[in-house]
Amino acid sequence: MATASLRAPASRPLVQVEHVSHRYGRGDGGAPVLDDVSLTLHEDEVVGLLGRSGSGKSTLLRSIAGLIRPDEGSVRFAEVPDGPAHTISMVFQTFALFPWLTVLQNVELGLEAQRVPADERRTRALAAIDLIGLDGFENAYPKELSGGMRQRVGLARAIVVNPSLLLMDEPFSALDVLTAETLRTDLLDLWAEGRMPIKSILIVTHNIEEAVLMCDRILVFSSNPGRVAAEIVVDLPQPRDRLDPAFRALVDDIYARMTARAPAEPVRDGLFPGTGIQMVLPRVSTNALAGLIEEVDASPFDGRAAMADLADQLQLEIDELFPMAETLQLLRFAELRGADILLTPTARRYAQADVDARKAMFAQALLAHVPLAQHIRRILDERAGHVAPARRFRDELEDHMSEDYADETLRTVTHWGRYAEVFAYDEDADRFSLDDAV
Amino acid sequence: MTDRVAMGSQASGSQAGGRVRSFSRILRVTQPNRADVIALVLLIGIAALLVRGAEGVAEPLSRLRIEPVTLDPRYLPYYALRTVIRMFAALAASLVFTLVVATLAVRSRRAGQIIVPMLDILQSVPILGFLTFTVTFFMGLFPGQILGVELAAVFAIFTSQAWNMAFSFYQSLRSVPSDLDEVTRGFALSPMRRFLRLDLPFATPSLVWNAMMSMSGGWFFVVASEAITVGNTTVTLPGVGSWLALAIARKDFGAIGLAVVAMGIVILLYDQLVFRPVVAWADRFRFEQTASTERPRSWAYDLFRRTRLLPVLFAPVTALGQLLLTLDRGGAGPREHRVREPGIVLERLWQATILVAVLAALWLAGRYVFSTLRVSDAVAVFGLACITMLRVVVLIALASLVWVPIGVWIGLNPKWAERLQPVAQFLAAFPANVLFPFAVIAIVHWRLSPDIWLSPLMILGTQWYILFNVIAGASAIPTDLREAAGMFGVRGWQWWRQVALPGVFPYYVTGALTASGGSWNASIVAEAVSWGTQRVEAHGLGTFIAKATEAGDYPRVALGIAVMSMFVIAFNRLVWRPMYAFAERRLRLA
Repeated sequence: MATASLRAPASRPLVQVEHVSHRYGRGDGGAPVLDDVSLTLHEDEVVGLLGRSGSGKSTLLRSIAGLIRPDEGSVRFAEVPDGPAHTISMVFQTFALFPWLTVLQNVELGLEAQRVPADERRTRALAAIDLIGLDGFENAYPKELSGGMRQRVGLARAIVVNPSLLLMDEPFSALDVLTAETLRTDLLDLWAEGRMPIKSILIVTHNIEEAVLMCDRILVFSSNPGRVAAEIVVDLPQPRDRLDPAFRALVDDIYARMTARAPAEPVRDGLFPGTGIQMVLPRVSTNALAGLIEEVDASPFDGRAAMADLADQLQLEIDELFPMAETLQLLRFAELRGADILLTPTARRYAQADVDARKAMFAQALLAHVPLAQHIRRILDERAGHVAPARRFRDELEDHMSEDYADETLRTVTHWGRYAEVFAYDEDADRFSLDDAV
Repeated sequence: MTDRVAMGSQASGSQAGGRVRSFSRILRVTQPNRADVIALVLLIGIAALLVRGAEGVAEPLSRLRIEPVTLDPRYLPYYALRTVIRMFAALAASLVFTLVVATLAVRSRRAGQIIVPMLDILQSVPILGFLTFTVTFFMGLFPGQILGVELAAVFAIFTSQAWNMAFSFYQSLRSVPSDLDEVTRGFALSPMRRFLRLDLPFATPSLVWNAMMSMSGGWFFVVASEAITVGNTTVTLPGVGSWLALAIARKDFGAIGLAVVAMGIVILLYDQLVFRPVVAWADRFRFEQTASTERPRSWAYDLFRRTRLLPVLFAPVTALGQLLLTLDRGGAGPREHRVREPGIVLERLWQATILVAVLAALWLAGRYVFSTLRVSDAVAVFGLACITMLRVVVLIALASLVWVPIGVWIGLNPKWAERLQPVAQFLAAFPANVLFPFAVIAIVHWRLSPDIWLSPLMILGTQWYILFNVIAGASAIPTDLREAAGMFGVRGWQWWRQVALPGVFPYYVTGALTASGGSWNASIVAEAVSWGTQRVEAHGLGTFIAKATEAGDYPRVALGIAVMSMFVIAFNRLVWRPMYAFAERRLRLA
């Protein structure tokens, strides 16, 4: 069921993305975001782009929307024999409503741009507002609405222009759990009943359950650079039940796919791009790591947990959970096996240890397994004054990665090093030292 | 409903079924309410005043000789009216300039390369020297007409108002939220529609704020711009500025007092009738997704909102917006964000052209200045600039010592903050140069040193920026921080060092930056002051420029202004910007 069978839907193709590649910044120096991505969207399907941040899914979405022109490759829409060309509209994670326009004016915006006569504009906008369940709020300003209501406005604004393709960029991730669920259900109902003039929906998400709940097809993206790592057809009948064993199995399967690398790679230094000191380190707090170890060590899990259950229990999205789990793996505190996370004996001892013992264990792991931490410590040890400017390491990192990644990596290693008391950092002077590493 | 109606001036193009609704609006007008009556009276009054003021403009120049400015109190309201109209005309010109030039700078990268640095420099530079030069031009446009001189005066005021408005507008346009930008591109809004729907509303709050600041700055130039000397003849336009000049020349204390009162009333009136309503209205454009707890209030705005006449009154503005949108038949805007990259050769060529133009301008200016002046003059001017800089630094330090503690105290007492904040803003708007004669009298009477005792005048009008920014900063210190400090018994110097000063610092920097820029400008008027025949001068760059302007010595004016610009810009780059960066990095309260 959860196979990657490339079963072509019966309906006609709507959009074809062919060999799209894109880099941040200009020229060849930028970090690659998308690497040779091809996919086809068909009519009558909901497709999910699943991946973590940095996997280029938003970039791909914007390429399809025509907001970005990719460096290479093309996005082609199916020809329409007679009738208007395809229109696309987009729903944003941040809602992107104009705070100085009322709900009605916001919804009318796209129609206005198309020079639709005022009367027709009003009628269509009111109909869309009605459809999306916002009647009564026509004259409200966005700031008067709750998050869920705002996103409904975003949705009404998107569908009022009769788009053939609706693009949704993490549409529910800024909402609380209950509101998000209501909105998802409403959207699925409208879609199932065919009450929206939309031929196809493309959703970017980093919520695996959301993807399985809503999509007919899920494209799993790998990060740095973004590639389509897997394609999963979801043929569970709608409406889907999160507690259905088949649903759970599929979610677990996707977790496993997203944590696994190609089987040919035996050594797994975590899944962060780069090796040695060039490894990009994610921003993960030591408190969160400790919390995760304790959680997995404690009673329901007893040292081994399914990632999906863990995400559920801790209310974490994969964007948060994966970096944590992988950091644990990098430090040899845990091992990712299939869709499960297994604590190593060290980690289980860590869970029981007191603060100082924990710090010592963390320091040991840090110096043993994080090359950048080793590197900084060695330089500080070698220098007479035991002081080194942070600039030096930042420059070194920037030789291998983008400025933002270098900054984040250095910040992460600073945080870990401080916690482990392996070295100290003085922000005002922007330098590392051994001085007050007490 | 009234809410939406009041938005008429927003050029809303979406009043669907417009015909039916506007017709019903007109029907409702037949039953005016009380607010309507009050608003109508106010508006008729303003209209009558405008007509009365405008009549004076359309007369021949000889009229000024027949009816010279007199110190007759009966004429003072009329003079005040003329001055205010001049200032608002300049403000309108600044607004148009802002909308056109700043938009151009954003839309065209090449235009931006020239416009942006120019605005940055112009906004921190005194432009008094322009005056004598432009008068000739405008009088040539309308020979023998008052209109020419009026335009020259308006232009002078314009030069003190336009730059910071344009610069702030440019910065707003650059910081339009990316998601809204994507929406407009996704829907392929035409440039005009995008401007009216996104750019203009987004930039409105800071534009309004800067317009108010500009208005205050304009008062400083009113005195200088209304009494214009061309060659050997002096044209004195009817206005408060001319009245003041005359009163100072005749040593008439009573007349000065009257002028002060008149200015106070005028500032209060336009603040209440124009700026407060506009600020209250512009609040809707503040870019925030949550409803703010404290909305700026204005009785005049509330009054107009309650009226039923308003839609009719706003009809012309709405119609203009509608017209722009109807005429806007331009094809859909480009979806692609990426601007077509021009060839590298073309780019180099463009940069080379700019470089050559700059060098040519420098060479021309240098040749002009040094055709009559020697290098030793430049060195001397540099020395004078150092003296003025010393004054600015000392005065800012002194003003900070006084106003920071007071501002913090006021800011932490919400009741007082609410009451005193508008007072501080009013004081900032008040032209301090009106009070200069008193300083002259005191200095002459007690035989004080002008080099020291004239200095405070430079900061007289600008110190308030420090005060009201610090008030704003102190009231923004989160209550939990203050409570925590209270719980742990933090007080005395520790409290200042760890709670109050870091809390207000970012705001203080903004205020001090404005105050220091203003003080440099003010030095031109404040370092050389006269009272009747008595004249008191301090050594400094301001005196140098003022004297050169009086003597019509253009090379010296140019030299003085160039040196002052260099100092102001260097000051901004080397002192204020690093402090700003520090405040941003370390002291920002999330």
